[in-house]
Amino acid sequence: MEKWRATSNLRRSLKSVLNRRLSPGSDFTYFNEKRSFPARFNPIRDQRSLREANAIQYRYFSSVSTLVQRNPSFSTLNSDDISYFKRLLGEKNVIQDEDRLETANTDWMHKYKGSSKLLLQPRSTEEVSQILKYCNSRCLAVVPQGGNTGLVGGSVPVFDEVIVSVGSMNNIISFNKVSGILVCEAGCILENLISFLDNQGFIMPLDLGAKGSCQIGGNVSTNAGGLRLVRYGSLHGNVLGVEAVLANGDVLDMLGTLRKDNTGYDLKHLFIGSEGSLGIVTKVSILTPPKLSSVNIAFLACKDYSSCQKLLMEAKRKLGEILSAFEFLDNQAMNLVLHHLDGVRNPLPASMHSFYVLIETTGSDESYDREKLEAFLLSSMEGGLISDGVLAQDINQASSFWRIREGVPEALMKAGAVYKYDLSLPVEKMYNLVDDMRVRLGNLAKVVGFGHLGDGNLHLNISAPQYDDTILEQIEPYVYEWTFKHRGSISAEHGLGLMKANKIHYSKSPETVQIMASIKKLLDPNGILNPYKVLPH
Amino acid sequence: MKIMVAVKRVVDYAVRIRVKPDKSGVETQNVKMSMNPFCEIALEEALKIKEAGLAKEVVAVTMGPANCVDTLRTGLAMGADRGIHVEAARELVPLTVAKVLKRLVEVENPGLLILGKQAIDDDCNQTGQMIAGLLGWPQGTFASKVVLDKEKQVATVDREVDGGLETICLDLPAVITTDLRLNQPRYATLPNIMKAKSKPIKKYTSEELNVEIKSDLEIVQVTEPPKRKAGVILSSVDELIDKLKNEAHVI
Repeated sequence: MEKWRATSNLRRSLKSVLNRRLSPGSDFTYFNEKRSFPARFNPIRDQRSLREANAIQYRYFSSVSTLVQRNPSFSTLNSDDISYFKRLLGEKNVIQDEDRLETANTDWMHKYKGSSKLLLQPRSTEEVSQILKYCNSRCLAVVPQGGNTGLVGGSVPVFDEVIVSVGSMNNIISFNKVSGILVCEAGCILENLISFLDNQGFIMPLDLGAKGSCQIGGNVSTNAGGLRLVRYGSLHGNVLGVEAVLANGDVLDMLGTLRKDNTGYDLKHLFIGSEGSLGIVTKVSILTPPKLSSVNIAFLACKDYSSCQKLLMEAKRKLGEILSAFEFLDNQAMNLVLHHLDGVRNPLPASMHSFYVLIETTGSDESYDREKLEAFLLSSMEGGLISDGVLAQDINQASSFWRIREGVPEALMKAGAVYKYDLSLPVEKMYNLVDDMRVRLGNLAKVVGFGHLGDGNLHLNISAPQYDDTILEQIEPYVYEWTFKHRGSISAEHGLGLMKANKIHYSKSPETVQIMASIKKLLDPNGILNPYKVLPH
Repeated sequence: MKIMVAVKRVVDYAVRIRVKPDKSGVETQNVKMSMNPFCEIALEEALKIKEAGLAKEVVAVTMGPANCVDTLRTGLAMGADRGIHVEAARELVPLTVAKVLKRLVEVENPGLLILGKQAIDDDCNQTGQMIAGLLGWPQGTFASKVVLDKEKQVATVDREVDGGLETICLDLPAVITTDLRLNQPRYATLPNIMKAKSKPIKKYTSEELNVEIKSDLEIVQVTEPPKRKAGVILSSVDELIDKLKNEAHVI
């Protein structure tokens, strides 16, 4: 069930709702308001004419279903609030300018748009604390924002929440060359951290396509996965400490730099992955692995999905400790990338293969790793697991292979509307979902599958020329129910955000969701932090 | 016809290089090394010519210490038929390389010698021209297009020059050095990597070839370029003129 973003008072008045048939088996009713649907009203057409009237170019994810209602217990901003913030942060860091608000209100996919009137840019934890203390006392809803690269609408306001951007807090506080422990502020851009560490001979334990824009605070708040999880594990293992500000302004200093600390309940794990709903992360201390000199990367073609699976098993066994990434993409994903991105060429142009696998190894001995990788690849080829492949001979070729895999989301954006699903499924069953969706959707849309095969994470993307509810109906809740049936996760790494706020029951039991709600109530009694998201409302 | 391609092992183009603390050169320990990009383009051109049926064999040649064989292996994996490795422990300057190549050309008798226009570690852009001079062969440098005519035994080369493109016609045997836009080098595919393991690499020493490894050049110092200074915002034209005259000394 998707929500229709209201962007202006004019639109908000058109709150007609189509009575949605609830999916069989689900006994949750989240929305009380269901009015009858006037026959003439076409959400897509009227929305478009409205859009034209307002001269806004965004593609909205219109939905024939229910609306999120703005929580009436939240106050609205008044001039006293603005003056307070200006006194606290200085004129420059209180943004009310239309254009900048426009960018901050819209997510990366141009799928969600809020109508916040205020963007704040604190420069220290103390300022964040004062902001939240004030907002809590005034009951003003707040959206923490980092790089705004999230894919589930968790980083932008739904209505007029105040946007608190930690982007100005981008200092590296300390780095210990012996232990590799990096302490930095939440607004540091991931790519900048990677460059800094590169000079010191270390790397970040996570790497994602969004690294040029995403910030470490956001990465930690969403427990970002990325391309190297198969080697370095998740952020729950690599983050040693977090400093967070709670809704009432209290600063929770859990910024340890110790590898082992078993004293009491480890609260920082609550903040890792809570998507800004329990507190705003302001500082992070993270364990960084040493940069190893020998990186090798191979781009391979497999004829069917079961070969990809077997290849993964073989890779884990034969490459063992040097395996650092195992990604896959299917034929359609490859076609999209070749078609929509510049400067990308097919490493295996001889013929179009059904599946492509990217394997990366990282180790300390160039010739040893090379031999190991070549031996593995040759035996896999002889065993019929790989039908063709290439090995990068220099860093440029290696980057071009990564460009293909990391460019799939970008290519999908250029191709038109995209419905994105990020699922954790048992590796054997993963691609069956893609095949099922192809059958269900037929000619309506293109179904593309790619992802972190090494972690059992499928990125199922459905590409259509434009957003269309007939397509959406075929996808949801089928995808979620399929995932539920196989005990998978409806959100492997992207988080719940706004998109899946009411879907948590597909992957978590009611009892666990109850406890989550209690924790939320404990840490944020007024519910001002990132409302309407993550947990069902 | 045989084509000989000279390839060089250099610091990988994408690596961020650092100057050694004693300023004697660039840090090359523990740094990724690969084939010089222009040499890759040269090899790709040779392979294209062979695939078009105009040549029978492509021989890749490299000079340097033992680890240069890695570069030869890459060349063989791309599709070269044979490799030649000339062992040399010391730094090689273009003139020495040209002299060694001359001796190899006398042994192998190729119809075409293709090199990269320059190496990205020294940016000399001399070897191709020198070897052509030593052999007395015609040269087509900065090639952005090469067309061979087998019957007439000529090569038509488009050269990238300052004024634009110059087209010249060379009688074979000739020396061609390749520029960036000539082609896009192929990737080393797994079947080719497999085949490369059994392709022969012949080793020579400089004594066998009667070439003395010496250099008339001595590297005195290597330093980083001066760090970019921050800009200064001036308040008036008079101040600008004053600064240009008295500080920058340009007027």
